[in-house]
Amino acid sequence: MEHGSLEDSSASTFSIMEEDHTLANSVRFVLNQDPRVAFCGYSIPHPSENKVNIRVQTTGDPAKDVLKDSLQDLMVMCQHIRGTFDTAVADFRGNKLADAMDIDLNKK
Amino acid sequence: MPKKGTKSKKAVDDVPDQQENKLPDYLELQRTRVVCNADAPIHTQGFQYSGAFAAMGVDNSVSVEKFCKNFKIDIKRLTEDDMEFDMIGVDASIANAFRRILIAEVPTMAIEKIFMADNTSVIADEVLSHRLGLIPLDADPRLFDYISENDVPNERNTIVFKLHVSCEKGSQRITVKSGELEWLPEGSQLSMASPAQSGDKQKTFTSFSQSQKEILEKPLGVKFKDITIARLGPGQAIELEAHAVKGVGKVHAKWSPVATAWYRMLPEVVILEQIEGEEAEELVKKCPVNVFDIEDLGNGGKRAVVAKPRACTLCRECVMGPCGEKIQLRRVRDHFIYTIESTGALPPEVLFTEAVKILEEKCERVISELS
Repeated sequence: MEHGSLEDSSASTFSIMEEDHTLANSVRFVLNQDPRVAFCGYSIPHPSENKVNIRVQTTGDPAKDVLKDSLQDLMVMCQHIRGTFDTAVADFRGNKLADAMDIDLNKK
Repeated sequence: MPKKGTKSKKAVDDVPDQQENKLPDYLELQRTRVVCNADAPIHTQGFQYSGAFAAMGVDNSVSVEKFCKNFKIDIKRLTEDDMEFDMIGVDASIANAFRRILIAEVPTMAIEKIFMADNTSVIADEVLSHRLGLIPLDADPRLFDYISENDVPNERNTIVFKLHVSCEKGSQRITVKSGELEWLPEGSQLSMASPAQSGDKQKTFTSFSQSQKEILEKPLGVKFKDITIARLGPGQAIELEAHAVKGVGKVHAKWSPVATAWYRMLPEVVILEQIEGEEAEELVKKCPVNVFDIEDLGNGGKRAVVAKPRACTLCRECVMGPCGEKIQLRRVRDHFIYTIESTGALPPEVLFTEAVKILEEKCERVISELS
């Protein structure tokens, strides 16, 4: 849900249900790295309510688009992390296998 | 002469170029390190805002390409149920998101409902049920669906176990172990209808349309067979049926797939001024985790060197003494030593991949909600 003014789309607060620090803090980080963002922050109005408010103020672009871009960026980052991690695991297993074979050769 | 002229011109061009792209050392230190002084850590906040150094002509924004270029993962240890790896080039907010998801949002299977037919042991029904809930199950949660309140338990969302043990009169006391839970791939064996209206025969608490043996590759069971559930004295017995369902750690910790998942920033120990002789030996003795070592100088002198900075627990013992001024303890802000201990349902590397996927799904959900 977006709360903003009708005339000015560059500043809005987004209320996201069923989310917490996990997503809000990561998104805040990505938003902060975006040069189009003038200010951003998030708050959890009440700890027993599963809801976060993310405030985005931009230098002109619509806040909604900037937030969407940030989420998209975060997704791409996650995909990259997953890819890197999988390769690292495969490499680690490969090296371990190679090491084991080396030891066997030395024994012979 | 013309040669010299061009050379000096080049040097002049170089200077502003460098100033534009590089932060002064003290700011670079504040940006990339947390310094742990004897009294308190400083520069803990960091600079997140993309335009933090705009006045100096330095761009602090991180594009996805820049992130992808700098991001690194280095696996240090990987066993069946725990792993340690270095995650380099990522902000604490994202590292923390993965930790939070690992603990609270990656699903597993755990016993949720107990149908107690008989319990004459000294352990109360509710305590016994709670103990059963905490037993890690060797079942891949990705093969199952969530069950909601109105769903009928079926072979896709419920795992049924039976526990039927008794201690004979006149015999020794026995210990009931988790290995005695018996998997029922065909579903519940308890009849729902009371004997009076047993017209529709064999209506049980689950409605499996096929055996779980047909849909699963390997038989299900508990991860550890030696967990004590209860003790029975002569003449006591327990007879129950346990239904395990899929859930997440934020509902109840029994569904948490990790014993724990944590990270710490890479410690960095820097000797600012040479520490020699007796002082060096004192320093080596002072450190409880042996971060420092002695290097022999040619003329019989001794000098302290940093040998194992990774072991540093940041107890700050070394910066508190008389030679504390000569040492600086720091942490690298974007280098995380990540440890994941699995409870056994999934191997740790799979858990991490699942956690990253969950963060992706969250982003996707919000994007679709916004459009």
